[in-house]
Amino acid sequence: MRKIFSHTEGMITEPMHYCPGCTHGIIHRLVAETLIELDIRERAVGISPVGCSVFTYKYFRCDMFQASHGRAPAVATGAKRCRPELIVFCYQGDGDLAAIGTSEIIHAANRGEKITCIFVNNAIYGMTGGQMAPTTIPGQRTSTTPGGRNVADDGFPLKMSEILAQLQTPGYVARVSMHSPAEIIRAKQIVKKAFEYQVRNTCFSFVEFLSTCPTNWGLSPVESLNWMKNNMLPYYPLGEHKVPEPGKGGTE
Amino acid sequence: MAKILMKGNEAIGEAAIKAGCLHFFGYPITPQNELPEYLSKRLPQVGGRYIQTESEVATSNMIFGAAGVGVRVMTSSSSPGISLMSEGLSYLAGADLPVVIVNMMRAGPGLAGILPAQSDYAHATRGTAHGDFHLLVLAPSSVQEAVDLTMLSFELAEKYRMPVMLLGDGMIGQMMEPVSFPETEVGPPMQADDWALTGCRGREPRLVSSLFLDPVELNAKNHERFARYAVVAQNETRYETFNCDEPYDILITAFGVMSRVCKSAIVALKEQGVHVGMFRPITVQPFPSAALSEAIGKARRVLDVEMNMGQMLVDVQLAAKGRVEVDFLGKCGGLTPSIEDVVEAVYDSLTKAEGGG
Amino acid sequence: MKSTDVLFAGFGGHGMLMAGKLLAQSMIKQGRQVSWLPAYGAEMRGGTANVTVCISDGEVMSPYIERPNALVVMNTPSLKKFGPKVKPGGLILLNTTLIKEPFERLDCPVIELPASQIAMDMGNARATNLILLGAYAGITQIATCEEITEVIQETFTRKPKFIALNVSAFVAGWKEGVRLREEHNIDVALTEEDEDELNSLVALSN
Repeated sequence: MRKIFSHTEGMITEPMHYCPGCTHGIIHRLVAETLIELDIRERAVGISPVGCSVFTYKYFRCDMFQASHGRAPAVATGAKRCRPELIVFCYQGDGDLAAIGTSEIIHAANRGEKITCIFVNNAIYGMTGGQMAPTTIPGQRTSTTPGGRNVADDGFPLKMSEILAQLQTPGYVARVSMHSPAEIIRAKQIVKKAFEYQVRNTCFSFVEFLSTCPTNWGLSPVESLNWMKNNMLPYYPLGEHKVPEPGKGGTE
Repeated sequence: MAKILMKGNEAIGEAAIKAGCLHFFGYPITPQNELPEYLSKRLPQVGGRYIQTESEVATSNMIFGAAGVGVRVMTSSSSPGISLMSEGLSYLAGADLPVVIVNMMRAGPGLAGILPAQSDYAHATRGTAHGDFHLLVLAPSSVQEAVDLTMLSFELAEKYRMPVMLLGDGMIGQMMEPVSFPETEVGPPMQADDWALTGCRGREPRLVSSLFLDPVELNAKNHERFARYAVVAQNETRYETFNCDEPYDILITAFGVMSRVCKSAIVALKEQGVHVGMFRPITVQPFPSAALSEAIGKARRVLDVEMNMGQMLVDVQLAAKGRVEVDFLGKCGGLTPSIEDVVEAVYDSLTKAEGGG
Repeated sequence: MKSTDVLFAGFGGHGMLMAGKLLAQSMIKQGRQVSWLPAYGAEMRGGTANVTVCISDGEVMSPYIERPNALVVMNTPSLKKFGPKVKPGGLILLNTTLIKEPFERLDCPVIELPASQIAMDMGNARATNLILLGAYAGITQIATCEEITEVIQETFTRKPKFIALNVSAFVAGWKEGVRLREEHNIDVALTEEDEDELNSLVALSN
């Protein structure tokens, strides 16, 4: 019998702590497969954030930092600038990257740090119990927006990919979604591309994943995927928002 | 080697390079700007990297990343910037990473003033950030000593795997004095091969982290760290005494540049027949309590002089163990107690000593 | 142990910090210990700027001096602030081009020199600091004319166009200083052999 699917060498086999239906596990796998396929696992250094994915360091089979809340891009900057031969990636959620760490991600991108940032946007704070995130959709109910996100008080959700895409510094910025197998396959290609830009020392690369939180959204895993598709996709358009222009910036 | 006239800030930068530090991350703030400016010019000349950061919060996390991959790294700032670094300092201590942080103290609290002060003694030695940890804090009193202690800082940081702070006041940073740089051979960061994140080729993956959710493990980790601090206190406590060989009535305690003002006062008092000794901690964390206690034992009264509202005073009082009174002379906001102020305060202390306290 | 200190005071841009640095450099050449401690306001230009240079044959103790042995002062605000603080028996050197108001101290010589005017006559008012440094050194004989000239040449190696002007301003100031030393009956030369006497002149009694 032909083996067509197996555990990836990029991850350890320990069971994950994520809630049923959460797509963090799939996103981990896409990153881990990429480390193996590009043969960079042994020179990779990952940075785990604060939030649901705080234990990321337990799952990737490579050297890992555990950073303070929102500062992963700063830690990555320190590591990459001092050891440019390393492949450095951050794995951050929406509270970590788009609220407390807004300054760090924007400046790392603007300096053109040759790092790869994986941004998991599920429109809510998961670990702390379902509070409003900077990416919560207008009208979305959370434990701190019981009447739904009111843009008059809370402003509109931050579109991090669009914000980073308008920086003049060359970079690669893309948004993908986890709501269907086709999208997951597409996401894999984009993650790989993002890491390849780092391997070739071209530019900063950033992949935003639209993800789910069945637990805090109060929906089943399948309902969550549908909710994401119907409510998040219209607000957060998928695709490559920025690609480095050939001959401009980087060393490609 | 010929002595060069250099500003303290620049001399510290050169000392870092001499100590083999080729990486600097920092954010501008007065009165330490000459240090990053100097390194932004010098580091590329010696194959190093200078990065201007977006904030001190980011800085403290960049040096976390740099130290974590096993390179020698430094940052510098001044009081309000050090407050912003508090987060990273706690994580650095929690992950046992060696870094050197320079604090050229200015007047506080808040944005306060840009003139020299010693306003962060308590912050540096006690309340640096959340959690159970210490920095190793060295307080130079001259530009040459700032050079020597900068070089020592890297050695101690790596030897004991802990963040080391060079605690200067704005005077040390802005002042020029003749300095020479010891020509010493420096190797790669000590012991980093055992823990640094360099890619897991040929070995198991490593983790640099301050997260320990298991209380038993965290308790053990903190006890191990404090056992190390005890070794640091045993081996690395440093201090200077001045005019303490002869009997003295009053013992002055002071640190940093303030101690040199006190020395001038002591010389003037000696000519007037008043015998005053001085004790200057060089490591303010660990504090040389035992040696100070012994020196206080020979005095009728103690006068603590600082450029703040009395921060080291608490440590001096603890070392006095209630045997004698400790008077305090302090100016802050950018003012410095003068030689004349110290002389006057010594006479006040003498009067009190003669009046039985 | 022999020691002295001098406060150079003016506004930012007056070059008083540079004058102090040149003096400090020449003292290092003599094998002495020095400290150069500046103080200035928040402004980059135009605020108060002064520097205290402490000189000693041994360790420089306090670099922070509130009552200096000598004051070289560029303008009226600095004179008002620091003039009364000079120790009795000290020395005050005034730039009378910018300081029009009379200033009197009975317990120490107040020496007047139209330094800015001399510099302007030489073609550049910005060399006033070198005129004053020359005069201070000429009066006190703390270093030889050649010693400080050499330091000026070394300091401005990268800006050679300033060397000629600065050296000639310094020498002009030095000559004025030697003249003023005689005029004010400051007849003790500061040489290695005569240092004790110098100290009794410049250094201060309590």
